[in-house]
Amino acid sequence: MQHVSPIREPLVTGGKTYHDITEDVCRQVEAGPNPRWAAGLALSLVGLAIFIYSVYRTLWFGIGEWGLNRTVGWAWDITNFVWWVGIGHAGTLISAILLLFRQKWRTSINRAAEAMTIFAVICAAMFPVLHMGRPWLAYWVLPFPNTFGSLWVNFNSPLLWDVFAISTYFSVSLVFWYIGLIPDFATIRDRATGPIARRAYAVLSMGWTGSAKAWSRYETVSLILAGLATPLVLSVHTIVSMDFATSVIPGWHTTIFPPYFVAGAIFSGFAMVLTLMIITRKLFHLEDYITLEHVESMNKVIILTGSIVGVAYTTEFFIAWYSGVEYEQYAFINRATGPYWWAYWSMMTCNVITPQLFWFRRIRRSLVLTFIISIFVNIGMWFERFVIIVTSLHRDYLPSSWAMFSPTIIDVGIYVGTIGLFFTLFLLFCKFFPVVNMAEVKAILKSSSEVTHTHAKTMHATDKGLNTNTDHRHE
Amino acid sequence: MNKKFVLGIYDDEDVLLHAIENIRAAGTNIYDVFSPYPVHGIDDVLGIKRSRLPIVAFFCGITGTSFALWMQIWMLGFDWPMIIGGKPHIALPAFIPVTFELTVLFAAFGMVITFFIVSRLKPSLRVNVFDKRSTDDKFVMAIEVKDGETDLSALNKLLRTNGAVEVNEKEVVK
Repeated sequence: MQHVSPIREPLVTGGKTYHDITEDVCRQVEAGPNPRWAAGLALSLVGLAIFIYSVYRTLWFGIGEWGLNRTVGWAWDITNFVWWVGIGHAGTLISAILLLFRQKWRTSINRAAEAMTIFAVICAAMFPVLHMGRPWLAYWVLPFPNTFGSLWVNFNSPLLWDVFAISTYFSVSLVFWYIGLIPDFATIRDRATGPIARRAYAVLSMGWTGSAKAWSRYETVSLILAGLATPLVLSVHTIVSMDFATSVIPGWHTTIFPPYFVAGAIFSGFAMVLTLMIITRKLFHLEDYITLEHVESMNKVIILTGSIVGVAYTTEFFIAWYSGVEYEQYAFINRATGPYWWAYWSMMTCNVITPQLFWFRRIRRSLVLTFIISIFVNIGMWFERFVIIVTSLHRDYLPSSWAMFSPTIIDVGIYVGTIGLFFTLFLLFCKFFPVVNMAEVKAILKSSSEVTHTHAKTMHATDKGLNTNTDHRHE
Repeated sequence: MNKKFVLGIYDDEDVLLHAIENIRAAGTNIYDVFSPYPVHGIDDVLGIKRSRLPIVAFFCGITGTSFALWMQIWMLGFDWPMIIGGKPHIALPAFIPVTFELTVLFAAFGMVITFFIVSRLKPSLRVNVFDKRSTDDKFVMAIEVKDGETDLSALNKLLRTNGAVEVNEKEVVK
């Protein structure tokens, strides 16, 4: 039983019924392609073509196609890898951590956010694999019995931890996403008219009927998966940060990295969720499900994580000075005033200053400004990784090997290409999969729709003494 | 053998929950209830026991932990010991990340595979759904009809008085 507050805004607007939810979400899947969707897909396919060409150049001619040199051996590739993995984390945060906290507003965005996680991890995985130089030997990172002299992988290496972390994260996220999709696939299956659609969704829905026992197990599985995914997502970015933190490079060797990276990941991920959701709700007319209330809630997460990131930047600087290590001090002075000062200050502006605008309610609830700020955060978080990686490497202990890094057209091509790959996957998902979790939105409808809220308001007005509304049986 | 069912169709979760309570109290056995979303409180009124899947997840997780520790200790400590960074062969703190990841992997996959098996979920082209609206906006209560035992008109009345908006009959070919 739960009290419905008359002050709290409804999560689903427009007086929807259960059937309206089914209609609104299935329309995309059942109707022919929307012209705006087709235009978006065409643009994404151009990006994908750029990706394929750049990968072909990298594989055919080798890593020399990239701008790396002997001093800066990691640059755009690892920057993009960390950027994409970080983006992915918001999806898990929304679907797992907000589930544990019983935040009901997650229900209409969790499906798309989890899809974002999966596609972002796919994009991320491209970079370390391509950087291997001989990606066809990528299976060498796994501990398999071999004839090279029973030489096993090095379990002391953070790069190997990454292999386990990213692959576990990807597979668990995929399973979590799929479990949530099964009941919705069943809805589409039971409405499908064409023979291909009926068969395809029948196979995808795994014979789901929605029986009470199956739902009971489904809820248990979702809860346990959320409980497993929560420490998993924290561990993944912790391990990613250890790729840097366990080395002895000034600017990398810091204990603040794990929490700082995790906060940054959630920060950038929420920005990407906002970017995608503002496009998706417009493209598919989901304004009643992804409301301003959702946008505002996400913007609040952005202020929190953005401020944590800001504190982390300051702490890093302070500790560099306080450590008394001249190399460490130089690394930080060089970041802010050296040849890459523009990258550092872009990062500071985009990540620390712009999100603070969300303290104003009018900005939090403005779609245009939210969209613009979310793009700023995406850019800022890319610069953060670039600053950490390139400025720390380009000038370390030995001045004779100091160097600068500049990307080649292939570096740019692969990066832009993964954005194309990401949007291609995301738009295909939007067309063929239910983009909003119908079952979960239906489950909150009775307690959080506009109708109930008007009802709750009148109840409240007429009967001030009675606070519990017995109609709303929930959780 | 064909089985016959009487289906009571409901359109509200609270009406459904009261109906289940009353119908069970009247001594009628409910075969199953199908709903478009998980209805909270339905487990109690239907007498569904709590799922034991968390226990499965726990034991699969423990298996993952043991496997990961055994794998790393055996590979780097016994099968092919190497000195890496002057650390001991069996450097347990460095083995924690992989151990953790495999624990989660085994727990998640073990539980989900068990869930598929016990709920008989598998990719198939033919799906027996009593009423297709149960994945859209209706709650469907199925009661098995036993020839000569079940009084159909009484059952119809029982369902209707407990808020069913429709009562249908359905034969299922096994």
